[in-house]
Amino acid sequence: MGMDTVLDMGDTFLTGKNTLGAIDSVVEEKVDREDRTTVGTQFVDDARMTCRDVNVFYGDKQAIRSVSIDVANNEVLAMIGPSGCGKSTFLRCLNRMNDTVDICRVKGEILLDGHDIYDKSVDVVPLRAQVGMVFQKPNPFPKSIYDNVAYGPKIHGIVNSKTELDGIVEDSLKKAGLWNEVSDRLDEPGTGLSGGQQQRLCIARAVAVRPEVILMDEPCSALDPIATATVEDLITELKEQYTIVIVTHNMQQAARISQRTAYFHLGDLVEVGATDRIFTNPLHQLTEDYITGRFG
Amino acid sequence: MEKQTPSTMDIVNRGLARRYRKEKQFKLLGLSAIIASLMFLVFLFGSIVANGWTAFRQGAIYLDITFDEQALQVENLRNANYGKLIKTSMAELFPDVSGRSQTRRLNKLVSSGAAFELQDMVLSDPGLIGTTKLVRLPVDDEVDMLLKGHISRDVPESERRISDEQIAWVDQLVEAGRLQLEFNTTFFTAGDSREPELSGIKGAIMGSMFTLLVTLALSFPIGVAAAVYLEEFAPSNKWTDFIEVNINNLAAVPSIVFGLLGLAVFLNFFGLPRSAPLVGGLVLTLMTLPTIIIASRASLKSVPPSIREAALGVGASKMQAITHHVLPLAMPGMMTGTIIGMAQALGETAPLLMIGMVAFIVDVPGSFTDPSTVLPVQIYLWADSPERAFVERTSAAIMVLLTFLICMNGVAVFLRKKFERRW
Repeated sequence: MGMDTVLDMGDTFLTGKNTLGAIDSVVEEKVDREDRTTVGTQFVDDARMTCRDVNVFYGDKQAIRSVSIDVANNEVLAMIGPSGCGKSTFLRCLNRMNDTVDICRVKGEILLDGHDIYDKSVDVVPLRAQVGMVFQKPNPFPKSIYDNVAYGPKIHGIVNSKTELDGIVEDSLKKAGLWNEVSDRLDEPGTGLSGGQQQRLCIARAVAVRPEVILMDEPCSALDPIATATVEDLITELKEQYTIVIVTHNMQQAARISQRTAYFHLGDLVEVGATDRIFTNPLHQLTEDYITGRFG
Repeated sequence: MEKQTPSTMDIVNRGLARRYRKEKQFKLLGLSAIIASLMFLVFLFGSIVANGWTAFRQGAIYLDITFDEQALQVENLRNANYGKLIKTSMAELFPDVSGRSQTRRLNKLVSSGAAFELQDMVLSDPGLIGTTKLVRLPVDDEVDMLLKGHISRDVPESERRISDEQIAWVDQLVEAGRLQLEFNTTFFTAGDSREPELSGIKGAIMGSMFTLLVTLALSFPIGVAAAVYLEEFAPSNKWTDFIEVNINNLAAVPSIVFGLLGLAVFLNFFGLPRSAPLVGGLVLTLMTLPTIIIASRASLKSVPPSIREAALGVGASKMQAITHHVLPLAMPGMMTGTIIGMAQALGETAPLLMIGMVAFIVDVPGSFTDPSTVLPVQIYLWADSPERAFVERTSAAIMVLLTFLICMNGVAVFLRKKFERRW
């Protein structure tokens, strides 16, 4: 599918399979604001997670409307959009954190490596071990740094010995770029660290369980620019081993760290595409309005 | 001439003095309220201590007792006439006292319980027989009151329960160094008694302890489990709303109603023993449960949801998130609530009256099913007694009860401070 097709199709833009970077020249005519069909490259060939027709309701209110998107292996997928657009809600569907909200119902299909995670037979405990999560506000346990990282491996019984556990803790803290700062005070409380260190501790805690996918919900929103830069570097490194889905308010951040970007607007997934393309040549008028700062 | 409109600053400045005056008045009002309540408190404690501190001292008489073989009839130590030993000793001290009634008045100076003390001494050490020994014995409560100055020598003889003659004997004994006030150990080692000088609060303390043990053992686990279920697991529907409303209502039910319930259910239906700490504990459990559940739920609610999310996010099961993270963080609040509930239970009288813990019980209870009484009920019983010596004992028992309550609240504060975690 090339440029011409896109234009010829008018309002019904790409919903089929596409490859990254297929559209590289500037599109003159944007998709109309009223049209909420997803445009761009929603689907990829080597998908780790596939979401089809996902709807989320809080009671009677629909928070997510028919979202279909793939998460590719070892990519960083950024989800951007104005406040209340449902990007965090959607993120929390990916490891069923929304189960904890009584009134929340999820419809549709979300597959991790081909298995429906919302299937009745699926246990959320191993699912969350596979799909780890880092939250908006750093939330270390009020325990020692060591115990924070060791908690996941311990409850899952990943380790058999203390030395093995020590290894995992060191390895995870190294991956989170925190080892050099805390190696001599592992028994101090994790809550005593600075905000940026706490967030990296939370990343180390998520990594320690050896997940396949890591979900990050605005991990830098509570951090200063220097701590943010450290965490961003870290995300870029983690990408080599993990698939990362990150929600962010910060478009520069999305541009810096992600390969693909998804733009959510009031519960609709409006556009997905290669990050470079989204920020230089959005297909949808709403995307352009958002990234040029007209709202949000 | 054009009328000048005042500037905003002028208007503000004009009202300023009034505003500050209002603030000052409000502050003064608050301060006077604090002072008033402090004064009430000081008055309360002051009157209790002033009335009660003398009860911690007790008159004791030192007599040379000859454990005479003939008088004791060695073959039957249990039924021997120990009172005779005391009478002999007293007669030796006051050789000029003669006649039946005068001798009886003299012997009344010594407590009627003194003979039992001698019996206990001989039974525990039969080697005493045949020897003479200086023995410390309790005096009668009227003599005790006289020594403490609660009986005035100025009132006419007919209006006091101790005669001029007896006062003269007492003065002689004091002069001889045989009669003096000493620390009142009986008060802490004896059960209740009809004789004030022989009565103590050990029975009530033990009863309170057994009762509170039952209450704690039942209400803490049940209360915490109920709170955890309601807060963490229960689906939010009209049933849980109904339960919640009822728990809150239960906290406001007058405690005597729980006593009636205990009487109807535990005593009459289940046939549990009357006056037993076991039943008292069950009744007080019913009474403290709402307090503990409400306090525990509040402390569970105060655990930040981010901690729960963090635990769930690394794949902890709900149970693990609760037992590993939420409960430890909520525990200080739960313990505080429990101790406050316990303190409430310790001071409770009304429901225990209903299940017979108001009986006059001399023996110190040794188990959960022995008949017993508790501290506040003991205070109630003593307050009802006419003897002057029971007045000071009433106040002294209140002081002991208050000490326990203050200690329990102190422990609650300590636990909260120690286990409180910040994040």
